[in-house]
Amino acid sequence: MEALDKFMQKMKPKADGKFPLAHAIWDGTYTFLFVPGHKNHNGVHIRDSVDLKRTMIIVVKALIPCLLFGMYNVGHQHFLAIGECLASDGVCAMFWDKFIFGAIKVLPLVIVSYGAGLGVEFVFAAVNKHSIHEGFLVSGMLIPLIVPIDIPLWMVAVATIFAVVIGKEVFGGTGMNVLNVALVTRAFLFFAYPTKMSGDQVWIDTSLEEGQKLVDGFSGATPLSDAIQGGVEAIPSIMDSIIGFIPGSIGETSVIAIGLGALLLIATGIGSFRIILSMFVGGYLMGMIFNAVGGSPFLEVPAMHQLMLGGFAFGAVFMATDPVTASQTATGKIIYGVFIGFIAILIRVANPAYPEGVMLAILLGNVFAPLIDHMVVNANIKKRLKRVKTA
Amino acid sequence: MSRDVKIRKGANIKLLGVADKMYANPVSTSDIVLKPTDFPGLTPKLSVKIGDKVKAGSPIFYNKEDDRVLFTSPISGEVVEISRGEKRKILEVKVKSDGANTYETFKQADPNSLSREEILDNLLKSGVWPFIRQRPYDVIANPDDAPKAIHVTAIDTAPLAPDYDFVAHGQADVLQIGLDALTKLTAGKVHLNINGNANADEAFRSAKNVQINKISGPHPAGNVGIQLHHIDPVNKGEVVWTLNALDVLTIGKLFKTGQFDASRSIAIVGAKVKTPTYYKTVLGANVADILKNNIEEGGRVISGNPLSGTQIAENGHLSFYDYQLSVITEGGKNRFFGWLPFLGYNGFSLSRTSFSFLTPNKRRDLDTNMNGEERAFVMTGEYEKVFPMDIYPVHLLKSMIIKDIDLMEKLGVYEVAPEDFSVCEYGCTSKIETQKIVREALDLVRKETS
Repeated sequence: MEALDKFMQKMKPKADGKFPLAHAIWDGTYTFLFVPGHKNHNGVHIRDSVDLKRTMIIVVKALIPCLLFGMYNVGHQHFLAIGECLASDGVCAMFWDKFIFGAIKVLPLVIVSYGAGLGVEFVFAAVNKHSIHEGFLVSGMLIPLIVPIDIPLWMVAVATIFAVVIGKEVFGGTGMNVLNVALVTRAFLFFAYPTKMSGDQVWIDTSLEEGQKLVDGFSGATPLSDAIQGGVEAIPSIMDSIIGFIPGSIGETSVIAIGLGALLLIATGIGSFRIILSMFVGGYLMGMIFNAVGGSPFLEVPAMHQLMLGGFAFGAVFMATDPVTASQTATGKIIYGVFIGFIAILIRVANPAYPEGVMLAILLGNVFAPLIDHMVVNANIKKRLKRVKTA
Repeated sequence: MSRDVKIRKGANIKLLGVADKMYANPVSTSDIVLKPTDFPGLTPKLSVKIGDKVKAGSPIFYNKEDDRVLFTSPISGEVVEISRGEKRKILEVKVKSDGANTYETFKQADPNSLSREEILDNLLKSGVWPFIRQRPYDVIANPDDAPKAIHVTAIDTAPLAPDYDFVAHGQADVLQIGLDALTKLTAGKVHLNINGNANADEAFRSAKNVQINKISGPHPAGNVGIQLHHIDPVNKGEVVWTLNALDVLTIGKLFKTGQFDASRSIAIVGAKVKTPTYYKTVLGANVADILKNNIEEGGRVISGNPLSGTQIAENGHLSFYDYQLSVITEGGKNRFFGWLPFLGYNGFSLSRTSFSFLTPNKRRDLDTNMNGEERAFVMTGEYEKVFPMDIYPVHLLKSMIIKDIDLMEKLGVYEVAPEDFSVCEYGCTSKIETQKIVREALDLVRKETS
């Protein structure tokens, strides 16, 4: 590897040269290939082996089960819709057909999301003369997983650029943003192009070979939008929503795939189990309250079932745990998680315009996170002041 | 009268090269150096010029703001070099040994028979006063203050730290004299915080007229600031004095013999030391004499421990407060895909992102690579895991970065010292220079509020 190292060093453009962008790109590539041998000078002489790249890549790895399952499910829903396979067929029937169809549909989304986001990051790194920060590694993977499959690629690009610039870079880049970047992307799409983000036409790819659409009137709505319209019987059984062969955003449907990611995040300590757990507790509580109120079929969906539907599990594991936008104190994390879970189910059930309340609940949670921390830290300050008075 | 204090948060970082519990043949040092830079916030004024002959205990420089605080020569000889930095700031004063070891004489008496003023006077004149530091700010104590308590730590939990129980063994008499002197300085208690992880030495256990606290737990449990936070915390407006138990031995020797006897036992440790062991030497000694033929190529010499020590040259000198000389592997290697979790570089991690967390007791040869690049704060909960105080460390650090003194006060700036953050800095994913931020903030608050 020394040869590669030497080769890279030879190509290194000057940091203050004519082409700052070239340096930013070189630096991003080099630090991806090699952890540079910078040495400690002030303070500690030895350092932990963990760094931000390692941390971020673990989250990307945790997303892989969702990505792979999402690819399969996209194909599965497609063939189901055009009638080439039946729901009663086994998982293995047309397995590779489904997977490859899904991969062809999903990979462009991944590429566009990374391309647009990293492009913005490189430009900002060049202008601000700092190195590329790793935050977008995770956002770039999250974005394709939380959009419907039929979304046009250019919309993803526009939304990603908006989110990285307005959601992150204007605040100072990775570590400084108030709102989760991937969710800003989704919120942008949701409000700017509602026809492509909701309704019953976008969740399943029904294109045929010659580019025709399937017969009009085919309904491929997500279970939640069905339920809002009163068709609670359309909600898949709790088992189906755990396994995940249902229409929905690409990565969010399978609780099992999300669970695999959650295991990795909790085992490595990268994702906060406090947030994940307390968000489920909050959602469960709200579900129980609705159950107790009763009155309409949707209100009576069992609380446990609510947690398995829609983007709740995905949001809890991958979105709410974003350390930059979540609460930072241990107590704060619990309040924050319960708050999001509570609001997510509230929006989902009570507001027919937004069947997917999780996104809005987490964004709201992001906004409240600093306030929650402020209260927790202030409690500590008060305790400290009391110490003086009692002493 | 002993109390158990269990500290749960923190982490022991196990490195290769622990010192064997035996003394190597003593080597006399050719020269010593006093570094005003060892004392944060100090403006030194020289009392000597090149060519002056000094005895052990003769003043070399003093504090410009308080000329009673003297810094005296640990050996007898001749002042040969005064090196200066930018704006003629004094960096080092070098004294070449004459080999004769002649001493200035100070008061020799049982501290119990002396008044507080007499003890203060003896400590200041002999140059042992700077061993007494204070919280807040972690600087040399002000002799005009009335501290609410004095805390003496007799345990060091830092990586490869010397075993105080071994070093102090058999010195119960001077320790007691030193502690007696300290008890006269405060109206409150003198706390002797001894090793609770293992059986502390008789010298510490038998100490009288002091409150003995048994401290157990991982690093930074041995830091006096952590201990006093759990025993009797400092509040705004209060002052606590802190000492290292081995420095109390020096104070004891002063009252016993009437001389400034700056000899000390230090541990020579680290992966690049051929035979890690203990040496008897003197404060400020030239390390070249000690390390000769005992280190391998490619090491970094650190006066102090690898977490909060200072890098010195191979012919550099021990710092004022240090009882440890570490030589660890110098880094600088670019690591191909070193960031890959579980597959890349497997140095000891406080997180669970590499397999090293499975073997926390394995001794490792960690080098001085940063293992990454500096970033903004991203991960949360990391510092809190290893910061055993009822303080929010990241919030405090952020208030320090924005220089908001009111906020720092509220969040507990008076209780902390840079060394208390050393484990946080080690484990920081974002590679933030925590100790530097804390030191600068303490200096700022001290300047603004005095």
